Amino acid sequence: MKAAVIVFPGSNREGDVARALKQAGADVTTVWHADTELPPGTDLAVLPGGFSYGDYLRCGAIAGRASVMDAVRAHAARGGLVLGICNGFQILCESGLLPGVLMRNAGLHFICRRQFLRVERNDTAFTRAYAAGQAIDVAIAHGEGNYVADEETLARLEGDGRVAFRYADRDGAVTPAANPNGSLNNIAGIYSEKLNVLGLMPHPENLIDDLVGGTDGRGLFQSLLAA
Amino acid sequence: MTNPTKIRARVTVTLKNGVLDPQGKAIESALTSLGVEGVEGVRQGKLFDIELAPAEAERARELLTAACEKLLANTVIENYRIELVEG
Repeated sequence: MKAAVIVFPGSNREGDVARALKQAGADVTTVWHADTELPPGTDLAVLPGGFSYGDYLRCGAIAGRASVMDAVRAHAARGGLVLGICNGFQILCESGLLPGVLMRNAGLHFICRRQFLRVERNDTAFTRAYAAGQAIDVAIAHGEGNYVADEETLARLEGDGRVAFRYADRDGAVTPAANPNGSLNNIAGIYSEKLNVLGLMPHPENLIDDLVGGTDGRGLFQSLLAA
Repeated sequence: MTNPTKIRARVTVTLKNGVLDPQGKAIESALTSLGVEGVEGVRQGKLFDIELAPAEAERARELLTAACEKLLANTVIENYRIELVEG
C-alpha cells in the first residue's frame, strides 16, 4: 500500500496520519499542494487535518482548488482510494469530491474531546477491520464539523448506504445527545458513490496507541492495508 | 480622449434562506444583551471589494460570476450578488 499524504500550508496533522499509516504497514510519502501529480503507484491519497490557508474564506475552500486536487480528482475517478480527515473532509466537500458542507458547529464552540462513533458498514476498504454497528472511541477537534446537505442529497446518501460513521454514545446508540455539532442525522463521515472516497471529521489517527488511551482508530488503517 | 478606467466591484455573499446561521444567532443575542432593542434577526455574510482591469461591464460581470462560482461562494449554501462601480 503506497499512501501519499498531501500537505497544504496550514495542515498540521500530516505527521499523525503518517504515523498511523506506517504503523499499519503502509509506505508513506508526503506531497506538496503545488505538485500536479501524485507519486507513481499511489494507492491512497490522504488529506490530513489542520487549518489549510488559515481557514480563510471557508474551511477547505482554497485548498479544495489547489493544483494537486486535480490529481486527487483523477485518482478518485480511476477508483483510487482517498481519505480526508477533519480539514481533509472539508477540502473534499469544497472540491466537489463529496457532497454537502461542513458548517460552524451548532453550539459555536470549537470542540476537542473523545467521541464515540458507530461504524455503519464494514464492507468498504476503510472499515473491514471493524464490525458493522460497532462503537469506536476516537477524538474530535473541530469548530466547523456540522454536516449539512440538501434534502435530496441527504436522502441519496442514506438510501445508498453512503454514511460511514455517525456520532453515537458508547453503546453505539445514535441519539441527539451524542451529536456534538448539529450534523444532520448525526453524520460524522460519508463515502463517495463508489465508496472509494471517505471524508470524516473525527480523528482515528489520534487513537492508535495505548499510551494515549486507546487504539480504536487502528482499525481504519488496518482496513486500508488489507484493501 | 479618456483612458479606460479600472472597474471596481462589490460582491456580497449571503447564506441562502433556511440555512442555519449559528454566528448570526450569536450576534443577535449579543446585540440584545447589549441593550440594542428591536433586533428581530441577524444573518452574517461576506463582502468582497474587487478591482478589475478595464473591461466592458458585461465582460466584468462574466469574470465576477466565474469568481463567485469557482471560489467566492459555496453555492450549496450561499447566494452571491455582484455590483459594479466604475472609476
